[in-house]
Amino acid sequence: MPRPVFPLQRSATVTSRQFAGLCLVPLAVFTFAFLALPLVRLILGSAEGDAGWGIYLQILKTPRYLSALGQTVLVSLAVTAAALAVSTTAGLFLVRNRFPGRNVILSMLTLPLAFPGVVVGFMIILLGGRQGLFNQLLPGHLVFAYSMFGLFLGYLYFSIPRVLLTVMAAAEKIDPSLEEAARTLGAPAHRIILDVLLPALAPSLIAAGAIAFATAMGAFGTAFTLATDIDVLPMVIYTEFTLSANFAMASALSVLLGLVTWAMLLIARSFSGTTVAAGG
Amino acid sequence: MLRSPAKLLQLFVTLVTCAFLFVPTLQSVLAGVTANYFRGLSSGLTLKWITEVWELYADSIFLSVWLALACLAVTLVIGVPAAYGLARNPGRVSRILEEFISLPLAIPGLALALALLQLYGSFKGFRASPAFILTGHVLYTLPFMVRSVLSVLMAMDLKTLEEGAATLGAGPVRRFIDIVVPNAMPGILAGALTVVTLSIGEFNLTWMLHTPLTKTLPVGLADSYASMRLEIASAYTLVFFLMIVPLLMAMQWASARASAKASKAAQ
Repeated sequence: MPRPVFPLQRSATVTSRQFAGLCLVPLAVFTFAFLALPLVRLILGSAEGDAGWGIYLQILKTPRYLSALGQTVLVSLAVTAAALAVSTTAGLFLVRNRFPGRNVILSMLTLPLAFPGVVVGFMIILLGGRQGLFNQLLPGHLVFAYSMFGLFLGYLYFSIPRVLLTVMAAAEKIDPSLEEAARTLGAPAHRIILDVLLPALAPSLIAAGAIAFATAMGAFGTAFTLATDIDVLPMVIYTEFTLSANFAMASALSVLLGLVTWAMLLIARSFSGTTVAAGG
Repeated sequence: MLRSPAKLLQLFVTLVTCAFLFVPTLQSVLAGVTANYFRGLSSGLTLKWITEVWELYADSIFLSVWLALACLAVTLVIGVPAAYGLARNPGRVSRILEEFISLPLAIPGLALALALLQLYGSFKGFRASPAFILTGHVLYTLPFMVRSVLSVLMAMDLKTLEEGAATLGAGPVRRFIDIVVPNAMPGILAGALTVVTLSIGEFNLTWMLHTPLTKTLPVGLADSYASMRLEIASAYTLVFFLMIVPLLMAMQWASARASAKASKAAQ
């Protein structure tokens, strides 16, 4: 029995529509149960202490939390600036020059991408710990792994590869004739960098910087391995939760930290479409 | 190549950075196979630290491998159809959903773990099983799978391909299996390698979610850094490197291949 063509096509499109909708069901169920509900619970949980929602005011009034917040922001800013400076210098060099051993250098610089924060912490201990390389070469003088400087180096360690890859990807898209034109017009090297390269790289640098900042703010593994007595925000959250069993404060600080890192990543997304795995 | 002082400075910065990142990696590899790290290589090379690591931590290594494979299976089952669903319904709701599932990339693992603990921590059977850690790993890796597959699907002309198959009488399920999945394969492969690499190395969520009976490889690493001699900690790190570095290289290769396919299809 031949059926009319039009209703057949119509019913076929409806079912494939339905199928495409059905494809989203497992994702929706999982995300609702294990992301949306827990986040709501976390936010509500932050107000379950004696202070209620006033707990967020309490963070600003308690010197310990405030100084932890300040220290975390400062070390993250320092790491972001250092990672941008180092990675832009090395990235531009690697994009503009071809030489034997270049690929080896590139592999060495991107290897730490897969290291979790704990391993990065151990790398810093091997460099600057009590049994570290520097203390072996110059005994008794150079133990820096367990200080704020050690933390800075650890965050720098996992930030460099991520920023480097973003910078190199952006630098490869810059038209070399722009630089050539500037050079023919007699511009000195530092003017070419300031007037041609950096403006062209700016969106990627802002995006990479925002990601580096967010990652450093939330980094737990590195701080956990290096020192439990440095008060950065993730360590404070951890001790509030496990040692003080102050769940409301741990939740409130987590919400605060989550909002800051999320805002940074939104900034990064608006400047470039890249997503980089947050590690640390 | 090295005509100007600026170039020399760039080279210097590049080499110092390289040393900063690579020297400790090398130290840990060497310390893991040196009989006595403080006396140096002259004390001889040995595999005894590696065997000791195996005796101490084999369980956590196996748990991590098992978790990574389970995480891969779950992200494939949830993520590949979801990417197709998102590609077929481009619009506001899809974009919001995509943004929302990407939240675990933005929110620190510690905060996510606290959220999961507070909601599900009292379900003792779930809390004590590896499935609790698996939930965290899926939460963290799922956006990578979805985005990797989605970017390949968005680059190809899904509609024409599917219409062709539909005129030949293929239903939606057939088309998904025979047309969509094979065409999305580079994205699926890149996503799969990313998921496995991230799952094996995940620490921030896992540390909060684990119990003494569900220790993963990175949890064991933290344990060895805190309480074992340097040689054992290094040998364990060496074992981890041997697992993660090939995965990282495969992941970079597959991701480059997938984005090449996406940009080729887009042209």
